[in-house]
Amino acid sequence: MASTITSTSGEPKLWLGGVEPMKASYGKLMMWFFLISDTFTFSGLLVSYGLIRYSFPAYTGEVADFTFSNLYWPIPEKVFSAVPFLHGVYLPLVFVGIMTFILIFSSVTMVLAVEAGHRMDRKNVEKYLLWTLLGGITFLGCQAWEWTHFIHGTDEGSVIRELINGEWIERTVFGANLKENQYGPVPFADLFFFITGFHGTHVFSGVVLNYLVFYRTSTGFYDRRGSYEMIEKVGLYWHFVDLVWVFVFTFFYLV
Amino acid sequence: MANSHSHHVPADGGAAQRKVIWKTFWVLLILTALEFLIAFTMHHGTLRITIFVLMTIVKAFYIVGEFMHLKHETKSLIWLILWPTVLVLWLIVALIVEGGFIFEELNIFKFLK
Repeated sequence: MASTITSTSGEPKLWLGGVEPMKASYGKLMMWFFLISDTFTFSGLLVSYGLIRYSFPAYTGEVADFTFSNLYWPIPEKVFSAVPFLHGVYLPLVFVGIMTFILIFSSVTMVLAVEAGHRMDRKNVEKYLLWTLLGGITFLGCQAWEWTHFIHGTDEGSVIRELINGEWIERTVFGANLKENQYGPVPFADLFFFITGFHGTHVFSGVVLNYLVFYRTSTGFYDRRGSYEMIEKVGLYWHFVDLVWVFVFTFFYLV
Repeated sequence: MANSHSHHVPADGGAAQRKVIWKTFWVLLILTALEFLIAFTMHHGTLRITIFVLMTIVKAFYIVGEFMHLKHETKSLIWLILWPTVLVLWLIVALIVEGGFIFEELNIFKFLK
């Protein structure tokens, strides 16, 4: 980047205006600022979740006797208990566990790519970026499956009770969308779509960014520039996406 | 780009740094596995939620500190990131309490019983 000057060790490093603040390069500092603002956006969603979750009644009976109802908040492990190719088998949180593992592992390969970049080791940067891309794309695929299953619902559906014009109406609902939800109160489905959807959008952007730096690495662009710092900046973003998932996993799926 | 790492490869060729990366990976993996164990062995309640939140904060510490390298940045940058986040945590707690208030005091769901 034109705005920075490579210096030999010992001298203060410079932006165009003078000594670089907080010993961080322009690009990295701006990425941190962006991530802080993105934290606020995700916090907005998690705060809404907390508020809405606790303004609804909790399920008070035994976990084993749990049935879906729109009158209380569902137990997440009862909602997310399906795994692809194992139709009808009750496997609570297994699939989301696999997704969590994939994302953590792609974060590891990302940081290994950054480390290889420090050594100007192009072959290893390429290798680890490819693994990271694979992890990101697999995660998106898993999320697409999870959404599909969530939207279509279980075979039996569930009976919900609604007060319409002063009368209690019972009807069977299959799956969930923004207006009706077989698993619990409607806001539960709304929050699921908004929170995992917004996170998934971030994963998608991360995959695009990773592809761009992979392309530039493999054409030797960073070797010619003499620095692999762009991998670090994209890495910061990718780890942030992993971090958000850690919080989503706890607050949406575990608590 | 002016980067302290690019042209100063450690004497061991980065082996020590790779070791830290894999250690962080195992910490994250074991903590996540423990979360699963707790999810299926402990009863729902405040204690369980507290344990989950604490474990999540430990995981966040490792991801931000090691993977995002924040632990090794200057103090001013660390505080710059940390303080807004602490205020956000306060907001989350405040509005969860508020949600409890909406549930108990207004009890808009009592007619559903």
